Amino acid sequence: MEGLSERPLTAMMKADKSAVTLSEYEKAGGYQALRKALKTGPVELQRIVKESNLRGRGGAGFNTGMKWSFVPMNAEGPRYLVANADEMEPGTFKDRMLLEGNPHQLIEGMIISAFAIGASQAYIFLRWEYTLSEERVAKALKEAYAKGYLGREILSSGFGLDIRLHVSAGRYICGEETALLNALEGRRAVPRAKPPFPQVSGLWGRPTVVNNVETLSNVPHIIANGAEWYRKLSRSEDGGTKLYGVSGRVRRPGLWELPMGTTIGEIFEEHAGGMREGMNLRCLIPGGASTEFLTDEHFGVKMDFDSVMQAGSRMGTGTMIAVDDRTCPIGVLRNLEQFFSQESCGWCTPCREGLPWVEKTLGAIEEGRARPGDLEVLEMHGASLWIGRTYCALAPGAMEPLRSGLKLFRGEFERHIKEKGCPYRH
Amino acid sequence: MAKILIHGKEYEVADGQNLLQACLTLGFDIPYFCWHPAMHSAGACRQCAVKVFRDENDTRGRIIMSCVTPVAEGMRVSIDDAEAKAFRENVVEWLMSNHPHDCPVCDEGGECHLQDMTQMTGHVYRRFRFKKRTYRNQYLGPLINHEMNRCIQCYRCVRFYKGYAGGNDLDAFASRNRVYFGRSEDGALESPFSGNLVEVCPTGVFTDKTFRAHFTRKWDLQTAPSVCVHCGVGCNTIPGERYGELRRIRNRYNGEVNGYFLCDRGRFGYEFVNSPMRLKKAVIKNGEGGQAVSKEEALKLIARMIGMGGKVMAIGSPRASVETNFALRELSGAEDFYSGFSRQEAALVSLVVEVMANGPASSPSLKEVRGADAVLVLGEDATNTAPVLALALRQAAKNGPLKAAMQLGIPYWDDMAIKTATQGKKGPFYSAAPYATALDDVSVKTFYGPPEEIARFGMAIARELNGSLPQVEGLDDETASLAREAAAALLAAERPLVVSGTGSGSEAVIQAAANIAWALCGVNRQAFLSLVMPECSTLGAALIDSRGLDKAAEAAASGGFDTLVVAENDIFMRMEREDAKDFLDSFSNVIVIDHIITDTVKAAHVALPGAAFAESTGTLVSFEGRAQRFFQVYAPEDERQAAWRWLNDMTDAAGVKRLRWEILDDVTAAAASAISALGKLTQAAPSAAFRIAGQKIARQTHRRSGRTAVRAEEIYEPKPPDDMDAPFTFSMEGFQGQPPSPLVPRFWSPGWNSVQSITKYQESVGGPMRSGDPGVRLIEPKVVAAPFFRAAPIPFKARKYGWLLVPMHRIFGSEELSLLSAPLAGLTARPFVGLSKEDAERLEAEEGEEIIVRSGGKELSLPATIVRGLVQGVAALPHLPGISIVTLPAWGVLARAKRKAA
Repeated sequence: MEGLSERPLTAMMKADKSAVTLSEYEKAGGYQALRKALKTGPVELQRIVKESNLRGRGGAGFNTGMKWSFVPMNAEGPRYLVANADEMEPGTFKDRMLLEGNPHQLIEGMIISAFAIGASQAYIFLRWEYTLSEERVAKALKEAYAKGYLGREILSSGFGLDIRLHVSAGRYICGEETALLNALEGRRAVPRAKPPFPQVSGLWGRPTVVNNVETLSNVPHIIANGAEWYRKLSRSEDGGTKLYGVSGRVRRPGLWELPMGTTIGEIFEEHAGGMREGMNLRCLIPGGASTEFLTDEHFGVKMDFDSVMQAGSRMGTGTMIAVDDRTCPIGVLRNLEQFFSQESCGWCTPCREGLPWVEKTLGAIEEGRARPGDLEVLEMHGASLWIGRTYCALAPGAMEPLRSGLKLFRGEFERHIKEKGCPYRH
Repeated sequence: MAKILIHGKEYEVADGQNLLQACLTLGFDIPYFCWHPAMHSAGACRQCAVKVFRDENDTRGRIIMSCVTPVAEGMRVSIDDAEAKAFRENVVEWLMSNHPHDCPVCDEGGECHLQDMTQMTGHVYRRFRFKKRTYRNQYLGPLINHEMNRCIQCYRCVRFYKGYAGGNDLDAFASRNRVYFGRSEDGALESPFSGNLVEVCPTGVFTDKTFRAHFTRKWDLQTAPSVCVHCGVGCNTIPGERYGELRRIRNRYNGEVNGYFLCDRGRFGYEFVNSPMRLKKAVIKNGEGGQAVSKEEALKLIARMIGMGGKVMAIGSPRASVETNFALRELSGAEDFYSGFSRQEAALVSLVVEVMANGPASSPSLKEVRGADAVLVLGEDATNTAPVLALALRQAAKNGPLKAAMQLGIPYWDDMAIKTATQGKKGPFYSAAPYATALDDVSVKTFYGPPEEIARFGMAIARELNGSLPQVEGLDDETASLAREAAAALLAAERPLVVSGTGSGSEAVIQAAANIAWALCGVNRQAFLSLVMPECSTLGAALIDSRGLDKAAEAAASGGFDTLVVAENDIFMRMEREDAKDFLDSFSNVIVIDHIITDTVKAAHVALPGAAFAESTGTLVSFEGRAQRFFQVYAPEDERQAAWRWLNDMTDAAGVKRLRWEILDDVTAAAASAISALGKLTQAAPSAAFRIAGQKIARQTHRRSGRTAVRAEEIYEPKPPDDMDAPFTFSMEGFQGQPPSPLVPRFWSPGWNSVQSITKYQESVGGPMRSGDPGVRLIEPKVVAAPFFRAAPIPFKARKYGWLLVPMHRIFGSEELSLLSAPLAGLTARPFVGLSKEDAERLEAEEGEEIIVRSGGKELSLPATIVRGLVQGVAALPHLPGISIVTLPAWGVLARAKRKAA
């Protein structure tokens, strides 16, 4: 199929946004990678994926093949694979496109991945609001079972896999892989202690791999075309293409599959068309709400895990939110922190008690009720709700925009405090 | 051991623990909330942050949570690091942001861990200026008060209630800063261990409702070390008194026994001491009723009764101290002393004593129970007969899965990770019971059957372990295969434990349990055998004399006795009513000493007011065989005194066979030298002569308030009463520091006003008390060939027109004293007859319908309750007031009562 060698994830997708059907998928070469994989063997598959330098697309960017290699392959008893489809990061809608547009690509990726780690049971943990995804994935699973791609004996290989679709009750924290596992077990969606990592003690205490939808959707293409082909798709060290998105008041908000390492400037200006008429870019959040703000100074930065990290932020999910100069940045921060505060699981003190304090303080500043010491309170939270001090990454993620916002919008903060109100609200 | 550096100084710490444990053991103060020495680390509160440094060149360091960080060789730690301190202060500031600022009116105030930790971190000024979060409180029953606004979300309550104690009606609800701990709806907490929430909760969410009803501040309570009198486990307690009223019971840590926890019978049963059923004055029977008389008048009358030289019989009690029972024995002579067991109890406890004294299996401490790696419970419903043993067994059940989880590299203290890794897995834990018990959920498999079938199942296990034992004939395949499975599990263990006891009412069950434990001993295993006995000193009494009241009645009937002296025993509970009456009638004089008014007291010619446990000092022997001293907490204002002292006074007054005792230690020493099994009795605790720096230990705290003000109408402050029997004063004057472990009257340490100060009294966190855990073991196993029991009972056959009635014990209601505690009386079930579903159908009876139970010439009408696990042909009769059948199991006939015409 045209473009498949440059845009493996999306080339197959249809303009009318209907899902790629099983026969269309097969015609374009779908499920051929599975046949190949079943003849390849788990250890070799792990090696290929590791060499492809596919890094976790949920935002953490961990090498996928490496993640798989931590699964003890000799352990007795069941192992599990879980597709993390709980896409709830603000500004992020990339997995939705994959789930709605080509569910078989995900399913094939899951079967290969499950085979690579020796799992015979897999789950798709789906965000509650993704009802169209639910419908389409459920249909695709049915088709895959009917065609013998799933079930006890897959393509006469001796390997069997059952995939169940689990629709989440709906919490941001369920995107955290261990909270996801708790939720999947029917427990409170609270993250788990690490170590041990899920690869050793995951779902029901068994070895488990949790991969993001985009990550898993890459797998069939890597197996079909090889690690080297995959690495060459990229313009940076990280392998493959990436789904980049831009939202906010830009000319063409959207989602594009581009080579990994495309610069921020190119994504923003060439693909999203820059800001709308009469607006200027104040800053952008590069990869979902839990990353630090960047500005047009960073247009030359490549969107890959390491480059964005060097620029002082994180690529995260790779879906940017552009903040224009007519929107109150304090309001933006308040909105973000309101979200994180509401989505705290309530397990550890700093997150549970700190985030509401941050939210309320930002609210007070925005509404002109600031008091001396408020900025210090915000600074304190920025420093204290940090990695290692909280139980999981939710609160540190929430602090990333706040920490950079306190520096970047210092003048705006002072103006709000001095003028006792929001200058953007007239 | 690992060497770690704290503030540059080197310390040796035990391997395998976490940094918080290590630092607390070394005596450093690190604030914490969610970590608990028995429930370990959750990593939730983030309060115990400290800084660690990579090497000597690392000056920045890294903040870590000490409770989830394993100690490692060469680790460089700073507790005082400015950044770490600032973060710890932040954490308390967050916790306090929603906490009410009402310590002065909070029940927890003054012994609140949150108060202590807030002080420790130095947080003083609350910057949070927004509205505080508020919650609705729940009604949780008569024992526990709920005040959710005080919650700091440490998750300890649910981790204890569900994770440690196996409860399932308390949970965490909602999320973010709305997390709520409670029940799904208002209602009494169902776990019999709910009272521990009071001590587990680091603040005032869960507080003691019975204490609230007669509240006083912790520092105004007069306290002394005590031992629970409500079952045979021997949990260590700290009763607290003010103005002559017993106000509450707290746990007293004993690493070998109860550890950190009590059951609700033990914690809330104390109210019997304050109940209107107390006997407070001497009473002489005259005509119709009784007349209260002075001590002197009563003794004068008694002097006439026993001074004439007539023969005296003495009846002791399994709920009386060793000293009281021994004093009775001295009064009557060994031949005419009986410990006051029923015929059935006598048979069972004699057997238990025989098994303990002559067999090779060791009777485990509860610590050893908690450490057992395979368990078989044979016929004992421990949750209802020895609740804290059941709590320990619940922990033992986790050991198998825990071991597997530790093989994944997870440290034992990493509670959340352990729970993830061990979920759904059960340890080698097997049980056999006549009906479903609360431990079924931790059992791999449970065998249900009447006592004789349980015994046969047990004998089959023993036979699997020792081929020389007789084959059990006629077992079905399923039972035989389960016996093989259980035997294999016990055999594979390093520290196997068999639990049984008198609860099933069957000697055969005890014999089978002994055979199994002994057979395990035969294959070079350290096998434990825990045999439950029901009362606080059943074993103590049995070691003095284990003949039953039937024998006493026989002796009395043969004539020659004038006077009967009974102490702390209601013989109407241990004999058939008519038999008890006949027995009492065979004496010219009946003298009864007790602290509560029983039917026996009512039948006495002279009744003398005994002292309850909190009003006297003495020694009890738990079913482990541990002798432990309980100390008088307060001096009652009237003439209540220990029964042994009444006996001493009686012989003094009569001038006969004078008991030459001045103080308790004289009695204890006399008992120890007269009865070899009690030889170590005096080692249970230091004697009354014990002094620290020339001082006795103060029962009252150094912070006691209003000592003189409360007596402001008097000019002189009266001299506090003397205590000849114990090294304690009834005063705030005296030693206030850390005495030897059996003499710890309360837990307190500077800066640690809550129960968390226990750590300061331990050699290592969660380990033994400094100077060793209290108590002395009286019975150690013999290194002998096991005296196996050879006979297995014949199989049970359901009868066409009869039911085997088996005893069923209830934590609330089956024990005489706690029944008089009003809060517990409210939780006591109404009498019922338990039926299997099949039998209920056979009787055409619906749940709750009246059933006529006929047995041993008695007829009872009881509502039917379907009881899971009962096999057809077996019905359960709870040991509750209103059910007067003394000896169970027994055969009986059941019939549905006639339905009233609609």
